[in-house]
Amino acid sequence: MAMDIANLTKERLKAMFAEGKRFDGRKLDELRELEIETDISNKAEGSARVRLGKTEVLVGIKLGPGEPYPDSPERGNLTVSAELMPIASPRYQAGPPEFNGIELPRLVDRAIRESKMIDLDKLCIKAGEKVWTVYIDIFPINDDGNLIDAANIAALVALKIARVPEITKEGKVDHDKEAKDKLPLSKDIAPVSFSFFKLGNSIIVDPTREEAEACDARITFGLSKSKDKYLINSCQKKGEAYFTGEELAKMSSMLPDLYEQVNEKLKKFL
Amino acid sequence: MTHKRPDGRKSDELRKMSAKVGVVPNADGSAMFAFGDTVAIAAVYGPRLLHPQHMQDPSTGILRVNYDLLSFSVSDRKKPGPNRRAQEISKVTEWALLPVLELKEFPNTVIDVQIYIIQADAGTRTAGINAASLALAHAGIPMKDLVCSVAVGKQDKELIVDLSKEEEDFEEGEGATDFPIAKIANKDAFTLVQLDGKISPDLVPEALSIAAKACEKVYDVQKKALKDEVEREAKG
Amino acid sequence: MTRQIDNKEEVISEKAERKVVVPGEVIVVGEDYLPGDGARREGEKVVSSRFGLAEIVGRVIRVLSLFGTFIPRRGNVVIGRVTDVTFRGWVVDVDAAAAGFLALDECPRFINPDEMDRFLGIGDIVSAKIWNVKTKGSDLTLDGKGLGKLEGGFIFRVIPSRVPRIIGREGSMVGLIKEKTGCQITIGQNGWIWIKGNTSDAEIRARKAIEFVADKVLVEGLTEKMEAWFEKNK
Repeated sequence: MAMDIANLTKERLKAMFAEGKRFDGRKLDELRELEIETDISNKAEGSARVRLGKTEVLVGIKLGPGEPYPDSPERGNLTVSAELMPIASPRYQAGPPEFNGIELPRLVDRAIRESKMIDLDKLCIKAGEKVWTVYIDIFPINDDGNLIDAANIAALVALKIARVPEITKEGKVDHDKEAKDKLPLSKDIAPVSFSFFKLGNSIIVDPTREEAEACDARITFGLSKSKDKYLINSCQKKGEAYFTGEELAKMSSMLPDLYEQVNEKLKKFL
Repeated sequence: MTHKRPDGRKSDELRKMSAKVGVVPNADGSAMFAFGDTVAIAAVYGPRLLHPQHMQDPSTGILRVNYDLLSFSVSDRKKPGPNRRAQEISKVTEWALLPVLELKEFPNTVIDVQIYIIQADAGTRTAGINAASLALAHAGIPMKDLVCSVAVGKQDKELIVDLSKEEEDFEEGEGATDFPIAKIANKDAFTLVQLDGKISPDLVPEALSIAAKACEKVYDVQKKALKDEVEREAKG
Repeated sequence: MTRQIDNKEEVISEKAERKVVVPGEVIVVGEDYLPGDGARREGEKVVSSRFGLAEIVGRVIRVLSLFGTFIPRRGNVVIGRVTDVTFRGWVVDVDAAAAGFLALDECPRFINPDEMDRFLGIGDIVSAKIWNVKTKGSDLTLDGKGLGKLEGGFIFRVIPSRVPRIIGREGSMVGLIKEKTGCQITIGQNGWIWIKGNTSDAEIRARKAIEFVADKVLVEGLTEKMEAWFEKNK
């Protein structure tokens, strides 16, 4: 299971992608089957489970009262964390995070923060003293490739259904009272991410773990749709290989279609 | 006079259980087990080579359990990362499972068991042990038997089984006693025995007998989960 | 459990009775039975020592594993990936608890010690036979028919315990798949399988067929079902 990718398999995948073929019959720009479930934990302020093919990620939203940052005394905070838990893959070992484990929460953070979906200014409890911190905690359960995009969708859905807890007079969360208010979210902004992977001269979307391990570079775009406009909010490239200007333009132009592929399932949660 | 349980259960009645095997496709074995609202998942990787090398035991394989709560499984967010409670539960879970495993066949290796609680509503360690036992069996690890776990308890003077969170927090009269146990399914052998509360020594035999009976019900759920997995595959 | 004898090729064992058992479950009661692999005796009862398929053939009782990792045994042919080249030979990942080692003198032709990584470098794939199993790992040899460096094609994994199903009785199942797709196929007991075909479509089809078979642990009459499958999946 943990065997690293074989040279010959990598070469074969390169040739197959050049023909536009993949083992599971998908087109190069086709996403796997997407399944979204909410309320995975009744103790979370919001939570979701996303399956993209066999990849599965859980995301939970917790809110906690805390101090504001000194330079923004009336603004709430956003913290995104992720752990590449050993449960998700034979490759992950317990211990300090390696790069992939650091990158995942940062990419999700950027996609959500830059889209301005959460109105952090509406999360003030007492100016200068107390604000809400929104914790987005990401837990991959099974890594079969493309954790980043799956995690983004899960975070988005979990945020959309999350509710702000009631507060006691002492400023603590009141677990006995039912949370009523939804998070202050912009109604029409919904950020997701799409990662493109390159092998040889081919670019694919939503790779399985096997495909991802063969690829030489990846670029992830955070994308949101507001009213009917698509906006790229963030972008990050990873890996040694390069992307040509033409490839970058092509990928950017593919984003709206990809968004609509996902929107089908996403619509009912937004 | 029977004590009335908040959710209307009888004193020897367990919460609704559910179990499924194969929930983590990447793992060599995996399972989900739930007692009511408490949901645990477990994944097994191994036997595989143990790193670092100096930890290897040339006479046997090692079982390594890592148990933890997901941050959003509890009301007050649990900061990601191991804490003392989780470390203790990891260890007692390891001791609960070892007696049924035959690890001498796998020297220098480790069998990693990862247990995560997705939603916590009391009985998390017992749900974790049940899930882990299933995951080990699913992984084809040589096992003498399954391990079943349940928490027995006392509400004031009454012995009950599978405490809910509300019952764990009960404070009237003699308060709540939480007595989680695990046993080898088909043997008079208890592999996990913990207790918090107040219980008279002469109630212990009855408590253990109630626990054993409850474990029979857990065993049925575990067996079904394993056999259903083969049925599911067989039907193609 | 009903037994169906659809065609001769599909009967793995004519006198076998099979049922799914969990660890600790009683398989049969009787002093006459002989507990084999995966079973043990407890007084009068023969009890399972793993989760799997209990098979009663005559007096012998075995429990076959349906899931789990690969446990190397002498004589197994495995497909592995070279992870290191040392002065004595190659370290090969065979997807087991311990790595395999292919000594320089277990190669069928002479290899100059200075050119070892030209013959087999890191990331290259071999099919090799295990001739010895030690706690530190398995000893491999390329001395045998069909063994050696694999070039072209691709490799993928199935659950190791499904390999007998994929091979079929006397190679009938893998033979059918080879025939229908025109692919070369080498199957490792460690669950890794190598496919090389003339077209991508043929290779994709061969892999799909194998994954289909790997799943069907209890299905009888599988060869016929596969003939039908190939008709449907042209």
